[in-house]
Amino acid sequence: MIKAEQKPIDEILKYLEPYNKILLAGCGACVTVCHAGGEKEVSLFASTLRMARQKIGKSLEVIETTPTRQCEPEFALELSERVANVEAVVSLSCGVGVQTVVRHFPKTPVFPGVNTTFLGETMDHGVWEERCQACGNCVLEKTGGICPIARCAKQLFNGPCGGSSKGKCEIKRETDCAWQLIYDRLKALGQLHKMEEIIPAKRWGVESRDSGPRRIVREDLKV
Amino acid sequence: MKAGSNLEKILSKGLFAVTGELGPPKGNDISVIKRKADLLRGVVDAVNVTDNQTAIVRMSSIAASHFLIQMGLEPVMQMTTRDRNRIAIQSDIFGATALGIKNMLCLTGDHHTFGNQVDAKNVHDLDSLQLIDCVRTMRDQKTLMGGEEKIEGEIKLFIGAAENPFGDPFEFRAIRLAKKAAAGVDFVQTQCIYDMNRFKEWMKMVRDRGVHEKCHILAGVTPLKSGGMARYMAKNVSGITIPDEIIDRIVKAKKPAEEGIRLCVEQIQELKEIDGVHGVHIMAIEWEQMVSRITEMAGLSPRPALE
Repeated sequence: MIKAEQKPIDEILKYLEPYNKILLAGCGACVTVCHAGGEKEVSLFASTLRMARQKIGKSLEVIETTPTRQCEPEFALELSERVANVEAVVSLSCGVGVQTVVRHFPKTPVFPGVNTTFLGETMDHGVWEERCQACGNCVLEKTGGICPIARCAKQLFNGPCGGSSKGKCEIKRETDCAWQLIYDRLKALGQLHKMEEIIPAKRWGVESRDSGPRRIVREDLKV
Repeated sequence: MKAGSNLEKILSKGLFAVTGELGPPKGNDISVIKRKADLLRGVVDAVNVTDNQTAIVRMSSIAASHFLIQMGLEPVMQMTTRDRNRIAIQSDIFGATALGIKNMLCLTGDHHTFGNQVDAKNVHDLDSLQLIDCVRTMRDQKTLMGGEEKIEGEIKLFIGAAENPFGDPFEFRAIRLAKKAAAGVDFVQTQCIYDMNRFKEWMKMVRDRGVHEKCHILAGVTPLKSGGMARYMAKNVSGITIPDEIIDRIVKAKKPAEEGIRLCVEQIQELKEIDGVHGVHIMAIEWEQMVSRITEMAGLSPRPALE
């Protein structure tokens, strides 16, 4: 799922300096799972904003809401009435949700309340790690199900660099070398021959976001 | 001849090659290149010119290589995939070969967070293997990568790569070299060797795969200047292993620098005897003045002058 972290409170307070009444909108999907922008975080964040503004003698009215998802038009539109009654919106959704709200409310400023960080998995309570960069052409079949694009700092396609040492990456010692993981897994599966093949240069310009925002159109689903 | 470089001639004649290394200045002061060039001229067959090594900004490898040619030395232009996409890479290869550069070393490059521009966006459009494939295509197919487009002129490059027998997973390191040979590499320089047993074990795996017959392997050495340097490298540089007895020998020596030179010479003599090792790559980091002493003591001087 998408992972995010809350922005520092001072940064948000700076965005909100000109306003007296705002909507703080969480999201019931990914950011709820990673405890960055669900109902609970909305409530805490709202209280923090109110207290911080009270302290400087400039009170802030904060309306709280947490739609099921912010990235779908029908849920974003549910916010219409509440958005109409405020001067600005702070969204604790990922960057996708923020932009869905932006698209539907052209006259109200919308600010991000979180930094969207990566597509990752839960490793432990409170620990998440990046697993996918949505590169547009999945290579996991070739690499034993471990992604070198998301998990190797140099995005190597043909095996580890010289900085792989005792299973760890030289850049961050707490990070496993993706290519050591790939090697171990392919060895266990009896598929080491896959590491002997040269994987040709990726077509970044066609497959990834390098040619601008990607779009999926499914004619069979259109109404 | 693929490129007709001095290095290619030496290796294809079956002579034991010697290469050195030169880090360009952290600015545009050409006197730095001249000083180092004077120490290496006639001492080695070709000189690697690093490409922003450890991601520290320096004069470009192409420009510094060009000055080396003017100063009468043969450069091995290093190029990393860290800072250039395939458009810039191919364009720079056009420029470099037009300037007379005949050897090129294809590298991924040290990660940019080790250097002095940590906020940079790294590129890695290609990896080092794909870069080898790209250069070979330009040279042999006379086309740009992935296309039919013909190149105006000829790309004559002797293609090199690096390999680290001390990186992990160890069992994959010979396979990785085999992949580089299959991609079209002509010569390979290794990471600096201190753990001779592991290097010999790696060479055996390389020979078992017949890779030593597909490309020339130059063994990397770096003379240790002091016990501090030995300890620092062993502890902090990933992919370099220094056995304790070597650290002890340098640490306990009355004159550690002298001992470092002696050790380096002994290593070269031992490496020369290994089947499949066709040369030595001496990386005397900011200690270029010692290279001529090392080559003399190791019996690698004078260098052959070939037509």
